[in-house]
Amino acid sequence: MDPRYEAVIGLEIHVQLLTASKIFSAAATRYGAEPNRQVSFVDAALPGTLPVLNREAVTAAIRFGLAVGGKIARSSRFARKHYFYPDLPKGYQISQYDQPIISGGGLTIRTDRGEKRIRLIRAHLEEDAGKSLHEDFHGMSGIDLNRAGTPLLEIVTAPDLSTPTEAALFARALHTLVRWIGICDGNLQEGSFRIDANVSVRPRGETRLGTRREIKNLNSFRFLEQAIAYEIDWQIEALTAGQTIEQATVLFDPHRGETRVMRSKEEAHDYRYFPDPDLLPLIIDEEWIEVERCQLPELPDALRARLIADHALPEADAHLLTSDKGLADFYLAAVACTGVSHAKSCANWLLVEILGRLHKENRSITEAPLTPQQLADLVLRIADGTISSAAGKRLLAAWWSGDPRSVDSLIADLDLAQMRDTALIDRLVAEAIAAHPKAVAEYRAGKEKALNTLVGAVMKASQGKANPQEVRDRLLAALIAEDSSPPLS
Amino acid sequence: MTPLSSLSELLAALAQGKATAQSLVACAHARAKALQPTLNAFISLAEPEQSAAAARRADQRRAHGVEAPLLGIPIAHKDLFVTTDLPTTAASRMLLGYRSPFDATVVERLAAAGAIAIGKTNLDEFAMGSGNEHSFFGPARNPWDPTRVPGGSSGGSAAAVAAAIVPAATGTDTGGSVRQPAAHCGITGLKPTYGRVSRYGIIAYASSLDQAGLFARSAWDIALLLRQIAGHDPRDSTSVDCPVPDYPAILATLPPPRDRPLVGWRIGIVPSFLAADGVQSDILAALEAARRTYEQLGAAIVECTLPAAELAIPAYYIIAPAEASSNLARYDGVRYGHRTERYDDLFAMYCQSRAEGFGWEVKRRILIGTFVLSHGYYDAYYRKAQQVRRLVTDGYRSALEQCDLLLTPVTATTAWPIGAKANPVEEYLADLFTIGPSLAGLPALAHPIGFDAAGLPIGAQIIGRPFDEARLLAAAHIYQQATDWHRALPPLAHL
Repeated sequence: MDPRYEAVIGLEIHVQLLTASKIFSAAATRYGAEPNRQVSFVDAALPGTLPVLNREAVTAAIRFGLAVGGKIARSSRFARKHYFYPDLPKGYQISQYDQPIISGGGLTIRTDRGEKRIRLIRAHLEEDAGKSLHEDFHGMSGIDLNRAGTPLLEIVTAPDLSTPTEAALFARALHTLVRWIGICDGNLQEGSFRIDANVSVRPRGETRLGTRREIKNLNSFRFLEQAIAYEIDWQIEALTAGQTIEQATVLFDPHRGETRVMRSKEEAHDYRYFPDPDLLPLIIDEEWIEVERCQLPELPDALRARLIADHALPEADAHLLTSDKGLADFYLAAVACTGVSHAKSCANWLLVEILGRLHKENRSITEAPLTPQQLADLVLRIADGTISSAAGKRLLAAWWSGDPRSVDSLIADLDLAQMRDTALIDRLVAEAIAAHPKAVAEYRAGKEKALNTLVGAVMKASQGKANPQEVRDRLLAALIAEDSSPPLS
Repeated sequence: MTPLSSLSELLAALAQGKATAQSLVACAHARAKALQPTLNAFISLAEPEQSAAAARRADQRRAHGVEAPLLGIPIAHKDLFVTTDLPTTAASRMLLGYRSPFDATVVERLAAAGAIAIGKTNLDEFAMGSGNEHSFFGPARNPWDPTRVPGGSSGGSAAAVAAAIVPAATGTDTGGSVRQPAAHCGITGLKPTYGRVSRYGIIAYASSLDQAGLFARSAWDIALLLRQIAGHDPRDSTSVDCPVPDYPAILATLPPPRDRPLVGWRIGIVPSFLAADGVQSDILAALEAARRTYEQLGAAIVECTLPAAELAIPAYYIIAPAEASSNLARYDGVRYGHRTERYDDLFAMYCQSRAEGFGWEVKRRILIGTFVLSHGYYDAYYRKAQQVRRLVTDGYRSALEQCDLLLTPVTATTAWPIGAKANPVEEYLADLFTIGPSLAGLPALAHPIGFDAAGLPIGAQIIGRPFDEARLLAAAHIYQQATDWHRALPPLAHL
């Protein structure tokens, strides 16, 4: 990027709310149903139908408002936004216009240069449109109204973002938050979290905003970053070439890695907003807000700070554990069993072994075939020396494959207990020294690594049940003792 | 008991075994058919076997001791209420042949009360009009003079009740669409308070003004019907959850006219209304006579002012078209309704389908509404109109603090000859007296008070406080006990 210019970026994010039914009808909102099977008379805009607001959607918006520290309007209202399109059955979308339910608030992102607060302008409730399917219909289009009326929260940031990386960091933080507070499933592929980016550039030092172009419908964080980066370069190039930027809406083509114009300013709709007379003003009382405040979980930022301060976790671990509510819940449940003194060990096993397995199997933490209690049992048995880490992994594998036995039965049945018979270990040590004269000689010649051969031999002879650290200690003691004994004449 | 009896007379006859639902329904059906060429009151009629079967079931239920307040009574619905049993057209080519998969709440509640719908009545297309002249199915006609309009938009319902085809019918009232045809046809019509009756299943014209209404031959009969249809409906967020009084019981306890039952009531008159340009002299005379009757019944007459009343019409003709342009956007030919056969692309399909499907009056209001909501015009028109609406509402509310009811004309003239109002603005101005209460959301009732020199009916409008329908019905009921205007039937009713 040309250092003489800077970019100004704001995001608009459509979050599909996790309600059982639609925002203005009783039809289900499940994704992936047969086309047009989740369409009520209201969704199809049959003559005579009227919208009735779903309380659950309002609850979700209140939770969001509380989570970002925004202002929750005690009175807001719905407006009609008009345009003709076959997947918009009423010819208008019910949205909020001059009186959104949430205004203000913000979210902190962590960049390489430290923390940055991104302000939110507003968040408002609206209904989703249906889907137009342009393939497979031989010159015609198919209309699926299953999505029509799905509740959305449209979240609009201030133009506080300066780089593609910051935009992606913000989008990820918001993505974490909406799943964290349980208002969105966050599934980008299914369109539960859709990002539009408003991008403009200006000479560094200029205070007025440049003309913006809006990139529509980005459905991955990677595309978001790529599209903004492309757009910034394109705009700077145009400006340095002496051209002016025309306000426009553009689409990102991930295959070609570039944006192209969808419609120019002249083609912009006149949406003819006016308050929807079918719906009363939305009144939210203090009590409703307080109920939601009490039910709101500890938020990621607060938990992250607590894990660093009280659980003594490194920042990286705390960051990772608070990237997903399910992960954090799993961790906290395990630590609740072990006590905070084993926090680091719980975090290690969770972030390395368990996440590793889940990742390989493409599963989420909520699908893990392991309970937090089992993780706690495992960590505690290692900590008290009952089993080795290696045995811990075998324990984990057993549970992973569905073995229902308790930790102690498994240790007994699989014979995983660590060897505590010092005399036996000393005997195995002596045998190893006798059997590997070459390694002994190398060690004595100063090759520290040769010791590992001996440790490995003892571990093997103990069938993995000896404690490797203890074996190492006994080996060293034995080798020193041999040194100091009088030479055989 | 004759076919010309009122709703309560028919109910009494049914209860005493002097009539059967089957005979009433068959008679209503036959009269509807016989008068259709003259009045064009119906857009669709139930199959005779279909309504006969419903009547038979009603008679069986009565024989088994089932009690339902309207059991076996034939009625008709304005063809703006969606129904599963009959097509629903809104008098528009756009909805030709449309069949709703659900019933309007009002339809459902009347059916639950035992009423049998024999047909769907004519109206101005999408309820846009004051004379029932803007119907794809041709104009409905006034039973008192079939060369004249029955009023609109609920003209077919008013004509069907006035011609004694059915003792009661539903209507909808947005700016006077129940009260004005009731006045033109010499029957009683009620527009309840906005929010009193569910709008669910009424094809929307102007959502902030639309309200279900009723036609019958007396206030007493309206009370019986309102009791059934009023009340909160969870499917309509603007319907109000407040108790529904037992209207018939309230009317039953009123003292007789000779006891001057209206002593202590204050009835307001609006001198500026009576001095308005173009109010027909026999209407002024009839209203003066009605005022005296109310006075004789005990009411005190007080003079009220309605300062912003003359602004009601321009405000209405911004707000109603604005909402209409939005409500009618759904008729795009995509999912149901008329779709043109001539199109090459989506845009052409929209334009051509709507061009073919809508009549001129509907198009005019969609264009006006689209214009006033456009970017840059919203503040000058829509917002301003809402401010005027607030002023008009405040005017009515403060007038109704000085009195219990307002007594005004319903119309400036009696029913006009079909085709006489070539200029739409002239037609719009006919709504002068009815639009104010609509903007204010107030209940208002029209009842007959006489005839003009040509023998055409004249009505009076009484306007009440929000949710005070009981008082309107009581006043009209007392008036009707003391007078006979509501008993008059047009000659063609005597088939």
